[in-house]
Amino acid sequence: MKRAGFTSRWLPIFLLVPQLSIILLFFYWPAAYAMKSSFFLQDPFGFGQTFVGLENYTSLFTSSEYLKVANFTVFFTVVVTFFSLSLALLLAVKADKVLRGAKTYRTLLMWVYAVAPPVAGFMGLILFNQRWGPLMEFFGLFGWEFEMGADYSDTAFAMIVISIWKQVPVNFIFFLSGLQAIPKAVREAALIDNRSASGRFWDVTFPLLAPTGFFLLIINITYALFDTFGVIDTVVRGEPSNNPMTLVYKVYVDGFRGNDLGGSSAQSVILMVLVLALTVFQFRMVERRIHYT
Amino acid sequence: MADITSSLAAPARSTRRFRWSTLADHAILITGSLFMLLPLLVLLQTASTPDIETMKYGPGLYFGDQLDDNFRKAMFEASGFSGQNTGLSMFKNSLILGLGFAFGKIVIGMMAAYAIVYFRMRFATMAFWLIFTTLLLPLEVRILPSYEITQKLGLLNTYTGLIVPLIASATATFFFRQFFRSVPEELVEAARIDGAGPVKFFIDILVPLSQTMIAAMFIIMFVYGWNQYLWPTMITTEEGMYTLVRGIKQIVQVLEGNEIPQYGRANMLAIIAVIPPVAIVIFFQSWFVKGLTESDK
Repeated sequence: MKRAGFTSRWLPIFLLVPQLSIILLFFYWPAAYAMKSSFFLQDPFGFGQTFVGLENYTSLFTSSEYLKVANFTVFFTVVVTFFSLSLALLLAVKADKVLRGAKTYRTLLMWVYAVAPPVAGFMGLILFNQRWGPLMEFFGLFGWEFEMGADYSDTAFAMIVISIWKQVPVNFIFFLSGLQAIPKAVREAALIDNRSASGRFWDVTFPLLAPTGFFLLIINITYALFDTFGVIDTVVRGEPSNNPMTLVYKVYVDGFRGNDLGGSSAQSVILMVLVLALTVFQFRMVERRIHYT
Repeated sequence: MADITSSLAAPARSTRRFRWSTLADHAILITGSLFMLLPLLVLLQTASTPDIETMKYGPGLYFGDQLDDNFRKAMFEASGFSGQNTGLSMFKNSLILGLGFAFGKIVIGMMAAYAIVYFRMRFATMAFWLIFTTLLLPLEVRILPSYEITQKLGLLNTYTGLIVPLIASATATFFFRQFFRSVPEELVEAARIDGAGPVKFFIDILVPLSQTMIAAMFIIMFVYGWNQYLWPTMITTEEGMYTLVRGIKQIVQVLEGNEIPQYGRANMLAIIAVIPPVAIVIFFQSWFVKGLTESDK
């Protein structure tokens, strides 16, 4: 720590105790518990457990169902991240450019930030309603019989659209503030050097936004992996049966519904490793970014 | 967009090109805004129309006159079995969760950040790492063991069990640490020369200085708490403890009803669940944006 500050003995301890006790109780204990249970097989009726070593893990990686869910998660994450980032970037660039109504657009494009994912999912249920959903009828015009909740790929499509809708505002806010942070002098210099707007965008604006974009990339991957839980749970109406789902949703389904604590814990640990890898990657990239700027 | 034409000052040819591109910009922004707004409009329309009409014709173009009736049903009529979860009771629980979460997170976070930034002590590095590792793993990853532990502690269906485990991450602590580190060091020295102790410095100087930051954090945390879904779904089984967002699960079942589903009432409840956080984000937009975008530095 850089500063000298105070040298009281008990005060800092007193200040840290609430935070530390909460995270020990509700973070480290559960995390350790998950790691431990991932090596055990739980009796379904709650009578004890047996040590099974890595069996929970190996059975996951040989289960075709788990691999299917993993595949879908990757696909889902890539599509949601790509579209919510690019749509938000397009809208932010335009909102930064226009003079009239800039504030109104800003509000209209960001309010969805405050909508809870399951409520977003609920809106999806309404829009794709089997009897009269406007979007369902719209697709019907093109001969696409949209069946959310019954058809695997239609359900996946709805999940993706809703998840993108929910995530565009966050990205929009960050991109817009990134754009507004570009110094005026730089913009003017670019204006003199480069006549075409798209040339200016790719040569000047885009590289300057890259750090924001990278930060958002990580945020969006985390969003698609974890925060879409509410969307998925609402869209499949809590009936995962034949519907697409993500890895986090499977942790919940297997653990909470299926009472398979060991298998669910092993899945949790796999996700923990995934998030840790993502964070390490992020830190290394951030270091690099500091070096060249 | 009639207002585009008013910005004509330059010579005709360049104005013409300028206009087309501006028009395209506005077209894109309007499309984007509509994309965002449309689902809410459909909800509003169906919440204002008699259910039988919605069922026959689907969402129409005009608003009906059922808004207040559906609002009354959504707010005061109970759904479920116990007769306890009216919209009003869910609203109250959501409010307690949002406010309790935001308040707890900020108080605990500020205390811890103050200790980390302003005190020299043993185990400082260890405390720092213990706290900031929690940034790495979201609750969803360790949801099941967290549930088991909360159950063991007898905290199911309590506000404590609802709020406290959600506070177990260091986002606010990290945010305030960053902010405290940007406060000029001379302030501490000046305060010390004037004989102010650590408590006085914190209350009389640091807290007033952090007002904007506290407000920004409060908005973000309130919205985050209000919108929690998975944790409340697991931890509350008594209907009297449901929050609005958790209640969505039940609202969905209304849509499945056999006779005439109560679309209007269900959609009204969804709107009620959305309004408070959205209103806060819109009204305190500049604080909120500042808080959000500064958290990544």
